[in-house]
Amino acid sequence: MSVTARIAIGWLYLVLCGCMAPEGYEPHVPEGDPRQGREVLAELECGVCHVIPGVPGARGRVGPALADYKRNVYIAGRYPNDPDILTRFVRDAPSMSPDTAMPAIEMSEAQARDIAAYLYSL
Amino acid sequence: MSEQHVQSVLHSAPGSGAELLEELGMVLYVGAALIFVVVMGLLLHAVFSRRLRASARAWVIGGGIVFPAVTLFVLLTYSLAVGSAVSALNSGTALQLLLNCFGIDSNARIPPPLPGTLRINVVGKQWWWEVRYRAADGELRNVPLANELRIPVDEPVELMVSSGDVIHSFWVPSLAGKVDMIPGRTNRLVVRTSEPGIYRGQCAEYCGGQHALMALYVVAEPRERFYDWLRNQAQPARAPTDPFLRSGYDAFMQGRCPECHTVRGTPAEGTSGPDLTHIGGRHSLAAGVLKNHIGTMAGWIAGSQDVKPGNLMPDSEIHTGSQLRALAAWLESLE
Repeated sequence: MSVTARIAIGWLYLVLCGCMAPEGYEPHVPEGDPRQGREVLAELECGVCHVIPGVPGARGRVGPALADYKRNVYIAGRYPNDPDILTRFVRDAPSMSPDTAMPAIEMSEAQARDIAAYLYSL
Repeated sequence: MSEQHVQSVLHSAPGSGAELLEELGMVLYVGAALIFVVVMGLLLHAVFSRRLRASARAWVIGGGIVFPAVTLFVLLTYSLAVGSAVSALNSGTALQLLLNCFGIDSNARIPPPLPGTLRINVVGKQWWWEVRYRAADGELRNVPLANELRIPVDEPVELMVSSGDVIHSFWVPSLAGKVDMIPGRTNRLVVRTSEPGIYRGQCAEYCGGQHALMALYVVAEPRERFYDWLRNQAQPARAPTDPFLRSGYDAFMQGRCPECHTVRGTPAEGTSGPDLTHIGGRHSLAAGVLKNHIGTMAGWIAGSQDVKPGNLMPDSEIHTGSQLRALAAWLESLE
């Protein structure tokens, strides 16, 4: 390989590196247990409405797919994707977004935190 | 909440016909294993023993003809006796004698239903169960329900099973054997248990694409609770009081829901889908597929074709998000 070619490849590599998203802020829920969260998602059958990777049978199309959720910018198109807000939203969406189709689901604060933790682990 | 039992023939409910079936199964498994071991032992003996037995002929006649004939005859009569005791179809004197030979008192287990026995009609449909109670009590005549049976404990209950479309089979392994649901025919099954709890059952005859998702729960309860429940089920739905539930009621009535579903006490009188008068009190949605809470209710209404593709209920596409929530909340309030 000629020196010019090597330089060209090196340059291309640097350009492609520039195209990649920077390793930035990744939300996580300190008190939440992602493994528990997955069980809660399965137990409450959230998969009726959502595609949730890792939860068996979760392939609903009523609500948004939740893969790679940590990279979403907004929750429900209106709130910043922040752990505390997500924890509130999974439990009681209608109080935050009155037109939403997602009902308030009965669960404990801890379960909501676990669910948020799992969604951020995807 | 009562205990939910494992759906298995190896977990038969005490006092049920399934208990006799489990005993029969055990006799067969253990007996077959013993015979296998003995035959293999004899085989090894024949291969490795140098001595030629003078009594080979006796072994052939004894082990090859007499033993199987006797064993099979005993097992056949035993299994026939169990079958009769389980279905309680017949209790002629000759049969009674045979049952007693095997220590089975068919009358003690499942007495032939007396006049006044609780009778439940169950009609299999693709892919759900239409249930209709016909209690002797005049007030409780003809209570239509769906996808869930409740029975009083320690009381024989007569199920009259049939089909509205193709062949299905009613099977609650912990309570009784399978009984086919055949179009144009009504089969009879008597179930009974002495243990309260929730027993799962499912369709046991391939009946189309969603056969695997055609399940139901049988809830056995003490007698008083059962009759309180049945009296409540006979009542029409209460009118919604709060404005949110009212908007759910309106969404139901304005949508296409009443074309197929009945909610007694309202103008909704469709009959091709399950009766929803008390759907909020059931353990499952979509015939044993989903747990019953407001989230699964909303998801099932909006995405029934995702959950159970090909079922007759179309996805609801006309409700706004808040209408869908209100609709689910209203249905959940119908207990």
